[in-house]
Amino acid sequence: MNSVHDMGGMHGMGLIVEEKNEPVFHEGWEGRIFAMNLAMGAWRKWNLDASRHSRELIPPAEYLRMSYYEKWIAGLIELMVKAGLVRGDEIESGTPAVGSAKAIPAVNPEQALARITTGLPAKRNVDLPARFKIGQRVRTRNVHALGHTRLPRYARGRFGNINRDHGVFVFPDTNAHFLGEHPQHVYSVCFAARELWGAQAAEKDSVYVDLWDEYLEPA
Amino acid sequence: MSDTRQHEHDHQAVPSDPALRVKALESLLVEKGLVDRAALDALVDAYENKIGPRNGARVVARAWSDPAYKQRLLSNADAAIAEMGYGGFQGEHMVVVENSAKVHNLVVCTLCSCYPWAVLGLPPVWYKSAPYRSRAVIDPRGVLREFGLELPVDVEVRVWDSTAEVRYLVLPERPAGTERMNEEALAALVTRDAMVGARKVSVSKAGSAG
Repeated sequence: MNSVHDMGGMHGMGLIVEEKNEPVFHEGWEGRIFAMNLAMGAWRKWNLDASRHSRELIPPAEYLRMSYYEKWIAGLIELMVKAGLVRGDEIESGTPAVGSAKAIPAVNPEQALARITTGLPAKRNVDLPARFKIGQRVRTRNVHALGHTRLPRYARGRFGNINRDHGVFVFPDTNAHFLGEHPQHVYSVCFAARELWGAQAAEKDSVYVDLWDEYLEPA
Repeated sequence: MSDTRQHEHDHQAVPSDPALRVKALESLLVEKGLVDRAALDALVDAYENKIGPRNGARVVARAWSDPAYKQRLLSNADAAIAEMGYGGFQGEHMVVVENSAKVHNLVVCTLCSCYPWAVLGLPPVWYKSAPYRSRAVIDPRGVLREFGLELPVDVEVRVWDSTAEVRYLVLPERPAGTERMNEEALAALVTRDAMVGARKVSVSKAGSAG
């Protein structure tokens, strides 16, 4: 979806503000909501793509106003309510609804830590022939998905070269909406900075974007 | 697509103070039997105390010290990083890109905040901020200038937008004057920002993870 999360190339966002000796979490609640996001994933009611999409659904003005972890609050609530793990009225009241089922056993520390030690590989061992070869010139499709996509606006309808083939991965555009994994090759596509930004860009510079097979066509 | 009004309702339904909201949410999830508080403690502890940029710094120092390791790291980063005992969430599929006198690499995620957690820990606020995400692809040299790095025109800047599940780590140039340093001393020089490509590694400004 063409919302404000797709920020590459936008103007007016200001200078980069660095913080010396920045803590991992600035306040206790940031760590808690971060951990809740990770732990609740263990219920397998959604996937990484769906959780990214839950934050993209935050209305644009809100998205820009909210801090990073405020978006994680909104995203997690969105996911849990949609998945039926909690109800909207329970979020508002802060207590379980009368007679609501208890979802025992709770995610425990071992399960939570297993999620970070084993990770959530998105690569799939599927023997799919690659449609594009290293060095091949391609053009990205000029498509504007209404749902989740990982083809940024600045890289649509542009010419580039296949730099490397990362292998076969889950396709976020369908997976985020629980429409299947549709595994396909992901390529690192090299775009000359001038192809993307015109003559103002430095001649030798380039931007490498990881793109799924379906985003590309031969050029 | 789902109902837009429903989303607006969900997002507006939450009270305003994030600390109170999160506290209420945690209590709710615990009461509903969905999560154990100790699981949350364990995750916070892992990212506050165990998984951070010191991991990546050790990988870089090994690559600087051992040419065969560096070769493995550049050709198969997942295996080489696993040799050092690192890997897992947001580091499942790694690519390492090497800086040189002629090439400077910079990593960004314009669409959200993808970052190689397994080797760098959680990203700093600036990496996740709108200014960095919007500008790194269109004006990388301007961004680097803000970090104090002015690159000559003949240096090729390569920006890596982390749009998929591949996570990038920059292998910075080894600074001059470090020839006699051992791996541990080298690792202490390597900063988080240098492994994102926002800075170079210098001998004088060593110390902190940033």
